[in-house]
Amino acid sequence: MILTKAQYDEIAQCLVSVPPTRQSLRKLKQTFPSQSQATLLSIFSQEYQKHIKRTHAKHHTSEAIETYYQRYLNGVGRNGSAPVLLELANEVDYAPSLMARIILERFLQDHEETPPSKSVINSMLRDPSQIPDGVLANQVYQCIVNDCCYGPLVDCIKHAIGHEHEVLLRDLLLEKNLSFLDEDQLRAKGYDKTPDFILQVPVAVEGHIIHWIESKASFGDECSHHAYLHDQFWSYWNRKQLLPDSKAQPLTLIEIFVL
Amino acid sequence: MAAVLESLLREEVSVAAAVRWIARSAQSSEDDPGEAAALRSLRPLRKEFVPFLLNFLREQSSRVLPQGPPTPAKAPGSSAALPGRPGGPSRGGRGARSQLFPPAEPSSAAAAEAPPARRGGRRRGPGPGRERGGRGPGGLEEGVGGESPPWAAGRRRRSSGSPGSPGRARSDPPNLSNLEEFPPVGSLPPGPAGTKPSRRINPTPVSEERSLSKPKTCFTSPPISCVPSSQPSVPDTSPWGHGLPPGCRSLQEEREMLRKERSKHLQQSPTPACPTSESGSPLPSRTGNLTAEAADPARVSSRQRLELIALIYSSCIAENLVPNLFLELFFILQLLTARRMVAAKDSDLEPTPGAPDSLESPLFQSVHDCVFFAVQVLEHQFDKGTLKLLAENERLLCFSPALQGRLKAAYEGSVAKVSLAMPPSAQAVSFQPETDNRANFSSDRAFHTFKKQRDVFFEVLREWEDRHEEPGWDFEKGLGSRIRAMMGQLSAACSHSHFVRLFQKQLLQMCQSPGGTGGTVLGEAPDVLNMLGADKLGRLRRLQERLVAPQSSGGPCPPPTFPGCQGFFRDFILSASSFQFNQHLMDSLSLKIRELNSLALPQPEPSDEDGESDVDWQGERRQFAVVLLSLRLLAKFLGFVAFLPYRGPEPPPTRELQDSILALRSQVPPALDVRALLQQGLRARRAVLTVPWLVEFLSLADHIVPLLDYYRSIFVVLLHLHRSLVLSKESEGEMCFLNKLLLLAVLGWLFQIPTVPEDLFFLEEGQLDAFEVDTVPSEHGLDGMPVVDQHLLYTCCPYIGELRKLLASWVSGSSGRSGGFVRKITPTTTTTGLGAQPPHTTQGLQAQLAQAFFHNQPPSLRRTVEFVAERIGSNCVKHIKATLVADLVHQAESLLREQLVMQGQDGGDPAQLLEILCSQLCPHGAQALTRGREFCQKKSPGAVRALLPEETPAAVLSSAENIAVGLATEKACAWLSANITALIRREVKAAVSRTLRAQGPEPAARGERRGCSRACEHHAPLPSHLISEIKDVLSLAVGPRDPEEGISLDHLEQLLGQLGQTLQCRQFLCPPAEQHLAKCSVDLASLLVADQIPVLGPPAPRGLERGQARRLLHLLLSLWKDGFQVPVPLQLLLSPRNVGLLADTRPREWDLLLFLLRELVEKGLMGRPEIEACLGSLRDAQWPKDFSEELATLFNLFLAEPPMPEPQLRACELVQTNRGTVLAQS
Repeated sequence: MILTKAQYDEIAQCLVSVPPTRQSLRKLKQTFPSQSQATLLSIFSQEYQKHIKRTHAKHHTSEAIETYYQRYLNGVGRNGSAPVLLELANEVDYAPSLMARIILERFLQDHEETPPSKSVINSMLRDPSQIPDGVLANQVYQCIVNDCCYGPLVDCIKHAIGHEHEVLLRDLLLEKNLSFLDEDQLRAKGYDKTPDFILQVPVAVEGHIIHWIESKASFGDECSHHAYLHDQFWSYWNRKQLLPDSKAQPLTLIEIFVL
Repeated sequence: MAAVLESLLREEVSVAAAVRWIARSAQSSEDDPGEAAALRSLRPLRKEFVPFLLNFLREQSSRVLPQGPPTPAKAPGSSAALPGRPGGPSRGGRGARSQLFPPAEPSSAAAAEAPPARRGGRRRGPGPGRERGGRGPGGLEEGVGGESPPWAAGRRRRSSGSPGSPGRARSDPPNLSNLEEFPPVGSLPPGPAGTKPSRRINPTPVSEERSLSKPKTCFTSPPISCVPSSQPSVPDTSPWGHGLPPGCRSLQEEREMLRKERSKHLQQSPTPACPTSESGSPLPSRTGNLTAEAADPARVSSRQRLELIALIYSSCIAENLVPNLFLELFFILQLLTARRMVAAKDSDLEPTPGAPDSLESPLFQSVHDCVFFAVQVLEHQFDKGTLKLLAENERLLCFSPALQGRLKAAYEGSVAKVSLAMPPSAQAVSFQPETDNRANFSSDRAFHTFKKQRDVFFEVLREWEDRHEEPGWDFEKGLGSRIRAMMGQLSAACSHSHFVRLFQKQLLQMCQSPGGTGGTVLGEAPDVLNMLGADKLGRLRRLQERLVAPQSSGGPCPPPTFPGCQGFFRDFILSASSFQFNQHLMDSLSLKIRELNSLALPQPEPSDEDGESDVDWQGERRQFAVVLLSLRLLAKFLGFVAFLPYRGPEPPPTRELQDSILALRSQVPPALDVRALLQQGLRARRAVLTVPWLVEFLSLADHIVPLLDYYRSIFVVLLHLHRSLVLSKESEGEMCFLNKLLLLAVLGWLFQIPTVPEDLFFLEEGQLDAFEVDTVPSEHGLDGMPVVDQHLLYTCCPYIGELRKLLASWVSGSSGRSGGFVRKITPTTTTTGLGAQPPHTTQGLQAQLAQAFFHNQPPSLRRTVEFVAERIGSNCVKHIKATLVADLVHQAESLLREQLVMQGQDGGDPAQLLEILCSQLCPHGAQALTRGREFCQKKSPGAVRALLPEETPAAVLSSAENIAVGLATEKACAWLSANITALIRREVKAAVSRTLRAQGPEPAARGERRGCSRACEHHAPLPSHLISEIKDVLSLAVGPRDPEEGISLDHLEQLLGQLGQTLQCRQFLCPPAEQHLAKCSVDLASLLVADQIPVLGPPAPRGLERGQARRLLHLLLSLWKDGFQVPVPLQLLLSPRNVGLLADTRPREWDLLLFLLRELVEKGLMGRPEIEACLGSLRDAQWPKDFSEELATLFNLFLAEPPMPEPQLRACELVQTNRGTVLAQS
């Protein structure tokens, strides 16, 4: 699915300070009925992540954490079954899952002797049943299932999408009879950074020579292009002489495999 | 010195004797006694004769070449006028280097006429260290010589003295016996600038054209393109009177066309660098009318004198008595293409009939004289090395039709050029698994640091590529801190060596290609004659493109530079300023240089089959060229880094300082023992490989280096070599012509480098003779093979191209503006005879037989066989890895599994396991040799057969096959016998750790993973979609939700159906997704049990009916039982949180939970004890009192169940009744 820049901008425009909830996504779908839910969700997720990256720090000051924790305690004190944590997150414009993490960390600080390790926190977020406080467990669970941009479930969905698209890509390559080496084969050879697939015989797509393919299974906005270029694609280029022309940037097939 | 010339001119001494006299210290018996006597008295002057002659000629020509192309190095008189210099014609453009042979004392004002004698005398006086031109008194070196005030003073004084001495009529021969007292007589008319020709050369102030070059390199003279020139007019009608061949006429037309195109282009360009005009209407300019004057043989003055000087001059050139052959050629060509005498002088320039053989009269009184002289020299010079462009020069035709005929013949007989097909530049060095993988690093951290560094390095490189041409961009400012930060991270020595390897590889990769060096690729210039002969417009356009293409012209002797990509690496080294890096780099470069220098380049004999050998030689040459260019590049950087700490713009100011530096430096061992390598190279007759890179290395030396004993001895050897490379000599075992030419060119260039003292070249013979090199002429080395071709020569010495540019500029009718299209020098190459190659004693008889066999065969055969052997041997190893070793690894895996079964799950110590396995398996490695032999036996013959010509005789073919088999087997077996055990060990070790890891977390799940069925078309919904959907259901159930929100029952059933499909088709399912699906399904079940799912109903969202809920739970139960292959966290059903969901429902629905528990037990999904344990721990949690009681009842009910399951429905009813009872009781 290829979007024009204008289409993309229009969608991104609608996503300014929108909470990452089921309801927001539903509204988005109604506004852009022609776009697939996957595309919208991917854009939504990316835009929201950008937003969180910008504002992340201010939610993690000790003052902010203390305020949030007190508000949580007060809220559940009044009514334990009300969506206290979720509403708090929406109110301060922060991802519910991340808010849940903040509160959980803070809670464990109070109730455990040693500060909680990251793996313990992650494990509790994956399975809130392990949280010693029943009310908090329910609040955290509510945050996680209601967050469509962050949290273990969303991470799993993203991972699954990535995997699925790799499989799809592999099928496509096999279908087109293109011989390739996949990541595992390359890793077995000792490469430190590898793309998903290296074509053993390069192909031309729309006038560009394609040497390797990295499936990102996400919407390729400028920002993610740039980030991937820096984190991965140049590294591949640095290792594999994959491009005939030194000035040419690696070509990515993100757009072709957008969700 | 003038005395010698005078005596020559008076024919007291024959030219042959004079040359013998110059070249050799010992007197030859052929010398006439009278001559000998005349020369003996001059013996002390012998050393100075050549410098004198060169200076003399330069001076004499100074008036002729005011507007000419660049002044050659050390060629004082032939200066080019610089734009913006008033009085340009006189002595403009003389570089500092022109002070190579100036008098030691600049202020000898009165000696305007006598300098030859005076200077000669002076030069004898001070030691070599003092002879350096332009040095101030007591100084060791001058600074930027051109601007030094003493010169200006001298000039003033001279000019003031000259007007009073009309001296033109002077006819007395110079007093030879009293050189010191030789009176100053102004025998020449004052020039337009008021100066007289004199050997004392006025330095030229450094002008802006030179601002780019370093001080002391002014001799490199301005680029051609900046010489102001008006459009010269070549008359359409032949002005020469001599009948032009018809071809020439059409050539004239072509030329005219060319000029029009060119001027058109110049008019279009917004800021033409030089004034131009329409052809035929010359514009007057500062430098006067530059229209080329028609040279006429009939108008040559003092023909005899010119002939004599030309003879002795060309003899000097032929004997390599001049420092730089190409400089002299350049000078001659300048004379040949001189446009016209300086106009202002014309009136004064009447020939002086009274003194035809006197030195005092100007040697070149007109263009005619210049051309005559040049042609004379060329006649002597170019019977072997031929400049094809000359063939076209009309003047040549007029003055010596015979020479032109020879040139043409030589051109037509010249060999085809070989172009170097180089890979495109700027590729990144690829990841080298064998050296770059984790095993080569001391720690994970070092490995990852290097991983990062590689990325930073290429990032820096890319940025440089993108930005270094931007104005105002500065390497240090832009990248310096990033580079240093990166170098800072290279802590471990091993990381440094890794990085250096990357750096060096990238250097070789980027800078080897001609494009990468920034030099013009001259070899691709299309042949001008062909081009002009064709009337295709496209060709003309291509020509035009060439004309406007910027040319890199640093004059015929540019200083060492780092063109193109090399600049990046130089700046990187400078910016990094890391001692460790430099040291590692030097080590690495030295190693690589040694390696390449000793590379056994194939030494095939020139074959009888000419056609074939020609093809083969291209490969040889290409390989040689690649090695040579790599070596030059590496040596240049080695020189740069090695001498970096000592480099400074200025030489030490005082002798004392210099001595102390010398004392200090003489004890520092050289970075690479280049002297030993040079001596080795000369002995092995590989000078053609060794010397060019050595020259590159030395060219970057600092000022002190040539004074150090170690390096001085190298220079002496090089000098000796230079002297011995007489181009005209051709004998058995001699060096090939082009090889010589390359060495002459690079050595000549080296002798002109600013840091190399000028006096080095004119050493006393005694010193020279002491360094006789003992070459073994019978042995066949690289020197005797035609390894150098035109292209390589021009790639190595782009400055030779200046000659072509000069001639080309004449052809194009301009004075050096164009220069883009140039023709190749195409000397004929010589092939040396066959020499017997002694068989290598170190090899066995079989090897000797093989050698003998190859000896009689074309070189391609040998290469083919060696290539096949190399590849097959390598393939053999790979094949063994893929078959034998892989089989052994499989065996190891099954053995290991058996072991694990026997010893229980943990299996014991992995290291011990590995030992057991290896001791069982490694003996099988012995098979590798047998199998390897079989493989080579089977594969090699076919490959040899496919690659050799069809017509190869059967006997030759079978011998070749056998040798290939032998060599391949040798190679493969050598590797296998040395490495097979280690290889098996490594692979088995990897397999063991793989297996053990696989045994780890979920052996059961891993053991019986099923794929989807064969018929599956993978149309099941994607797992990501399902997780997303279920998540939506969960979020709806958990809330918050709008009042109208809900889920339809159909949707729920559909969802579970889809889940079933997805679990069937496992194409897209990965374990993490499946685990999450399992967990979500459990959550869903809990919500169903607690009746928390809002179902869209006709009236409003409500809870599920019990029957519907059970149906859904049944679906889930069967999915858990048959669908999932990962463990389903069913215990979560009884987690306090999920059970607690029930606490909020009123009335509480316990029957679904009980139903679920029973079904779990019935389906074998959970054991009773497990459920009991969960229920037990549930009781520990804190609940509202009533809830605790109900929970306790449920627990009791479950415990009371009979172990054998009852029919489903009844059980449910029972539960319902029981629950009623419970509630009634409470």
